[in-house]
Amino acid sequence: MSETKAGYTDSPRVAVTADATPLWRRFKLESLPIIVVFFVLIGVYITFAPSVFLRWPIYNSFLITIPPLMVLSLGLTLVIAAGEMDLSFPAVITLSGFLFAYCTLHLGSPWLGLLAAIAGGALVGAINGFLVAVIGIPSIIITIGTSFFWTGVATVLSGGMSYALQNLAEKPIAAIFSGTLFGIPTEALWALAVAVGIWFILNRHRFGEHLLFIGDAREVARVVGINTTRERVKLFTLMGALAGFSSFLLTIQNLNYFATQGQGMLLSALAAVFIGGSSVFGGAATVVGSFFGALIIGMLNAGIVATGVAGFWVEVIVGLVFVIAVVLHTVLGSPGRMKQLRARLSLDGMLRRDKNHARW
Amino acid sequence: MFRGKDMDKNYKHIIRAERLCVSFGKVRALSDIDLAIGRNEIVGLIGDNGAGKSTLIKALTGVIPPTSGRLFIRDEAVDLHNYSVSRAHALRFETVYQEKSLGEKQPLWRNFFVGRQITNRFGFINVREQRRIANEILQRQLGFRGVGIDADSTVSKLSGGERQGIAIGRAMYFDADLIILDEPTTALAIKEVRKVLDFVRSIKEAGRAAIYIEHNLAHVHALADRLLVLDRGRIVADIRPADMSLQDLTTFLIEQQQSREVESVA
Repeated sequence: MSETKAGYTDSPRVAVTADATPLWRRFKLESLPIIVVFFVLIGVYITFAPSVFLRWPIYNSFLITIPPLMVLSLGLTLVIAAGEMDLSFPAVITLSGFLFAYCTLHLGSPWLGLLAAIAGGALVGAINGFLVAVIGIPSIIITIGTSFFWTGVATVLSGGMSYALQNLAEKPIAAIFSGTLFGIPTEALWALAVAVGIWFILNRHRFGEHLLFIGDAREVARVVGINTTRERVKLFTLMGALAGFSSFLLTIQNLNYFATQGQGMLLSALAAVFIGGSSVFGGAATVVGSFFGALIIGMLNAGIVATGVAGFWVEVIVGLVFVIAVVLHTVLGSPGRMKQLRARLSLDGMLRRDKNHARW
Repeated sequence: MFRGKDMDKNYKHIIRAERLCVSFGKVRALSDIDLAIGRNEIVGLIGDNGAGKSTLIKALTGVIPPTSGRLFIRDEAVDLHNYSVSRAHALRFETVYQEKSLGEKQPLWRNFFVGRQITNRFGFINVREQRRIANEILQRQLGFRGVGIDADSTVSKLSGGERQGIAIGRAMYFDADLIILDEPTTALAIKEVRKVLDFVRSIKEAGRAAIYIEHNLAHVHALADRLLVLDRGRIVADIRPADMSLQDLTTFLIEQQQSREVESVA
């Protein structure tokens, strides 16, 4: 091949040039603001309730209660990155928990139960994915339907009863998934492992990159050769499997299955993702943000109560944090909107109006 | 990169279509398209909005599956059931779309390689390598030196011309034999238009082929070896600019449009 003006080169890969990115940019900590907010919040808790927040037990209980929520938020981060939505994971919490309890009690194998919980979640997810990507129904709509359906199925199968799983307490599966290792609850370690895995999938794996491009603009994703149908089916399947795992963690730490155990998870898990800074428009998502978002959401309840504010205020505060965080992320995240905002709020605009008033 | 041995053998046409049809439900977007593009030919594609230009190039590059017809690449028949964008990439076809080539929120190191990332066998991307090559393309091939654009810049920060440059730089890097440009000069400043036109010329000089969709007749008349006029999903004229002046071409197209209006009134 001949060398030409516009720079066709003989070999596509020529000599090495120095990476032009400045060091500080390359090692920029992902979602620093949310991490700052997290530590400020802990500071606030310590200031107002030192007797609680300067001791280990409260943190220990956070490390037990937060992991199921965190696993959900991590999965949702991928869904949001692709510009999709999944509202059916609470149904998976209900269904997979039942599958686990059933296998444990009636088939005598909690390990089979774990497998069934994850596989059941994956199946629900795969069906969601099929309806969204192959049939073409918006995910926010169809997952409402599948959520009702699978919650109903779980209720029918379980007869609306709860299952006591106390005899699991001595089994190795309980030690592995809700025991302690060096004083740290193992579910926290599992959640951390999932977080690391999801971070690598989103930021370093082909699949994650495909999700980001799909969320950015599906048409672009298509013309650059991404199979948007297959990748979205995979996405929903993975989300379902993670919800199944989350349900398993929840059930084994309670040693009990309740048909209502998915309630309250929907908004909390979504709040964690958006507080963390993932774009509400898709195409940009942060796993570190969702990680700290889940910690913040998971700690708000206990934190607010411990600091002496009446428990009634919890939802007010969660709502405020959510709205402020999402507005800030959206405005700060796009310079164009920031400029618009400044123009709208601009001082000289107001002054001009004042002058007019003065003239009158 | 994708230079398989079999690809370098002699061939007459880089791409040839026989009775290619594309339908969306009942709507026939393309009917019985016959075309052949030589290995070192710049072919301009002109026609009104909705004439089927974009659909045609999407069918040729595997984005839209043709409903019927046959496709030959380097004179060899292509299995249309297995034809896809990745397949077209592997055959060294590159497309530069007017707006939809790049992911807005993604850094350039992703945009250069998306769809054919440099990965290990588990699918994990070699970010360092992709960054390095992206910076190299930016500096050496595109001359984006000292303008504050590097591999980590997101597309949303770039101007229209810079975006087009990135898409073209990507096509150059992957060493395409057929480059398809879908209105690459729309909404560009004059200086940037010249860069794009220079690039199209360089494709010819490098011995490659191009399909060039353009609304500006002066540009396409000056650059193309051959002009295909598309109207309502059919190729209605095959013109050599050497045989027809720009003036005559314009008159021809206007007359054609008038006759169509008469037809639709009747």
